[in-house]
Amino acid sequence: MTRSSDDRSFRIGTGAFAALVLLIVAGIAFELTRQSTLSITKFGLKFWTTKVWDPVSGDFGALPFIWGTLYSSILALLVATPIALGIAIFISELSPRMLRQPLAYLTELLAAIPSIVYGLWGIFVLVPIVRKVEIAMGAKPALGVGMLAAALILAVMVIPFTSSVAREILKNVPTTQREAAYALGATRWEAIKVAIGFGRTGIIGAVMLGFGRALGETMAVTMVIGNSPQISASLFKPQYTMAAVIANEFTEAADELYLHALIEIGLLLFIITVGVNLLSRLLIWSTKRRAVTTVIAPVVAEVAA
Amino acid sequence: MKLKTFAVLLSIALAACQSNESKTPTAAAPMTINGAGATFPYPIYSKWFDEYQKAHPDVRINYQSIGSGGGIKQLTAQTVFFGASDGPMTDAQLKAAPGAVLHFPTVLGGVVPVYNVTGVTQPLRFTGAVLADIYLGKITKWNDAAIVAVNPGVKLPADDIAVVHRSDGSGTTYIFCDFLSKVSADYKSKVGVATSVNWPAGVGAKGNEGVSGLVRQTPGAIGYVELIYALQNKMTYGSVQNKAGQFVTASLDSVTAAATGAAIPDDFRVSITNADGAAAYPIASFTWLLLYEHPKDAARGKAMVDFLKWALTDGQKFAPLLGYAPLPQPVVAKEMQALGKIQ
Amino acid sequence: MTANLRRRKIYSRIFETLCALAVIVALIPLAMILFYVIKEGFGALNLDFFTKMPKPVGESGGGMANAIAGTLILIGIAAAFAVPVGCLCGIHLSEYPGTKFSSVVRFAADVLNGVPSIVVGIFAYGILVLPVKRFSAIAGGVALGLLMIPIVVRTTEELLRLVPGGLREGALALGATRGRAVFSVIVPAALPGILTGILVALARVAGETAPLLFTAFNNRFWSTSLTQPIASLTVQVFTYAISPYDDWHRQAWAGAFLLVMMILTLSILARLAVRRLERMNRS
Repeated sequence: MTRSSDDRSFRIGTGAFAALVLLIVAGIAFELTRQSTLSITKFGLKFWTTKVWDPVSGDFGALPFIWGTLYSSILALLVATPIALGIAIFISELSPRMLRQPLAYLTELLAAIPSIVYGLWGIFVLVPIVRKVEIAMGAKPALGVGMLAAALILAVMVIPFTSSVAREILKNVPTTQREAAYALGATRWEAIKVAIGFGRTGIIGAVMLGFGRALGETMAVTMVIGNSPQISASLFKPQYTMAAVIANEFTEAADELYLHALIEIGLLLFIITVGVNLLSRLLIWSTKRRAVTTVIAPVVAEVAA
Repeated sequence: MKLKTFAVLLSIALAACQSNESKTPTAAAPMTINGAGATFPYPIYSKWFDEYQKAHPDVRINYQSIGSGGGIKQLTAQTVFFGASDGPMTDAQLKAAPGAVLHFPTVLGGVVPVYNVTGVTQPLRFTGAVLADIYLGKITKWNDAAIVAVNPGVKLPADDIAVVHRSDGSGTTYIFCDFLSKVSADYKSKVGVATSVNWPAGVGAKGNEGVSGLVRQTPGAIGYVELIYALQNKMTYGSVQNKAGQFVTASLDSVTAAATGAAIPDDFRVSITNADGAAAYPIASFTWLLLYEHPKDAARGKAMVDFLKWALTDGQKFAPLLGYAPLPQPVVAKEMQALGKIQ
Repeated sequence: MTANLRRRKIYSRIFETLCALAVIVALIPLAMILFYVIKEGFGALNLDFFTKMPKPVGESGGGMANAIAGTLILIGIAAAFAVPVGCLCGIHLSEYPGTKFSSVVRFAADVLNGVPSIVVGIFAYGILVLPVKRFSAIAGGVALGLLMIPIVVRTTEELLRLVPGGLREGALALGATRGRAVFSVIVPAALPGILTGILVALARVAGETAPLLFTAFNNRFWSTSLTQPIASLTVQVFTYAISPYDDWHRQAWAGAFLLVMMILTLSILARLAVRRLERMNRS
């Protein structure tokens, strides 16, 4: 029948585009692997534990970049999470109704600022401030560029992501939870704590989303981190991240092994950020489901009794 | 339906854009030639391409300074028509290229040590050994005995030295490391000579631009940049001791002095750092334009040859204005001959 | 009031104040950045900026006309690629939500969303630049489009699902084929929301630099050709920002100001569209 063949061509037609999306992702994973084979075969697992990054002798190790990426992102999280959660709580629970939309919009504005503008502000404004702090704390030499500046910039960039998802989570917490808390005589803050407790997996998911964002950030970080592949817990030492080294050295990598080593770093970055993002979505989704089942289950039990 | 009309409109728009510039240059449409490479000669190249386009409006040369290593790589990948590098291609790199690549020196330049030391406004003197030790991380304070010894009468503070180097692959790095490797065996074995090295100390900044910017902003910093960037930015730069023992400040004359005595091989790949001669500046180098000997696109090949002929003759007059030393005559003559090889 | 209650009330007040403080702390960098961008950038904006090409290194003056045009062209290409692909994919996911294929595609879209833009740039370099041995505006536009796709897919799917089932049933009851029902009835109903998703995605990619570095390259000249390298505001701002020339710094701020204005406009438009959609759904 014409009707079903039309339906079938609709299904296949739209399905083709859906398949295209699938192909793209598979293509990225495939391309990254294919273009890093030289490095994978030469260094194997040692690549992840070697500290040396020497284009002259052809000796490459990704450890300093892995360290820099994880350290800067975790520091950024430590700074950003309390602030982002504070904002989410304020906007969804504490603020006057009138302020809600404008405040939400303002926090989203933080996400709208392009990374390059953050980088500009970073080198011209943040780095001199950090340099003054370093001089005051007696760090030598006081460069300004380094892990601290990078972590601060990342924190600012991550705040809007974590806070808007946390707001969504808090919105989805059933009001019965808070009402129950108040009925038991809780203060405002204690009721909020109950809501957070209920949505905690989702909030962890929001935090991880921010983490994923921080891991992949390139331009702003490379302008303030100092671009020096060293492993150091010091906040004042210049360090290097995976995304930054790729951005800096990709166009110049003139020999195959160098290029493949850089792309292998890109492959690792791909795997890590994908993993973190998926985990975060799972956590967010499971909270939303919990909201449904926790409301329905007791009601069903009530009705069945 | 909306989607269909949208698609139709879009394809019309795309087609209109597409017909704007054809792939093969006709007499009327401007021909764009893409090149990439060194940041070192970027000021003079951008001036040249601008001037050349004024005289020849149908030839547009689009040059992006992504670093010498990048220039070599994109030339090898054939994503650009010509490359530019401050360090000649190594034998391995030449072999990796899909065709024979010719080197054409375009100007001479010098690499200078720039610094930002509180309380010091006069030019400092450096020996090769001192510079090598600073970059090896062995000398860490400005009032180190070695620096004080060559700068009598200068009050050097006890500040830490903030070492700045390039984070991207660069011919400027190549020239600097080439010199340091010649004067310090330790540097040669620990670091070596290349466009991208494993720096024992310091912070990486992007481009000549990034290094001079960072040194300008950071008290106690030392970096190395091409002479033109130091001049443009009115930065204090030091003099360096040459092979004859003299402390020479980089200038057009001292850079040319380094090139005058050198023997130029047929392929023009020669290093003139640490040159002989009392007046020679020790960290000087040619910078090269890289072209395929037998380019696939004959029209563009001819256009580049014509451009080079202009640059090697009329173009040289712009060099001193921007802080580059023009090429010695015998080198130009030799190059004009070599240009005939391109077809 | 017992001592316990008083203590708990004080705690509550303290934490509430901390939350308010958090908002202020977050707004400080926002204010600083906007203030700086406006102060440095607005003053540097002049007619030259919009109409002239970049001048050679060291000469003052010139503008970013080619970069502005370049950014518009690049996001145009990105939209041309991402909108059809993303919308049709979203349509498929909303029409056949339960199939295994749909779950896998949804998973893939989530993966694509998390890929750092620099990795997308490497991918685009590998498949669009190397094989044809040239940098091009198309390569840059497609790289940006890849970044847009997951946002468009997700918003299209969710908004189509929000359309009341009655609309679809009505259309099908009147004898429309599935395709007809979707394109003539359901999509138009969800159009404002879909447009919002597209605008949000555009706002995201308009500010991207990293993927353009190895695809669109950059271009000193005026170029609208799709097969040549093309300038863009983001790359130009980056190049100027790390340079040591004060004049270029000024222009970098002007470019940054323009970028922020562009993105703000896109996000305001998106918000207005959402407001209109909510009003429509309520009526």
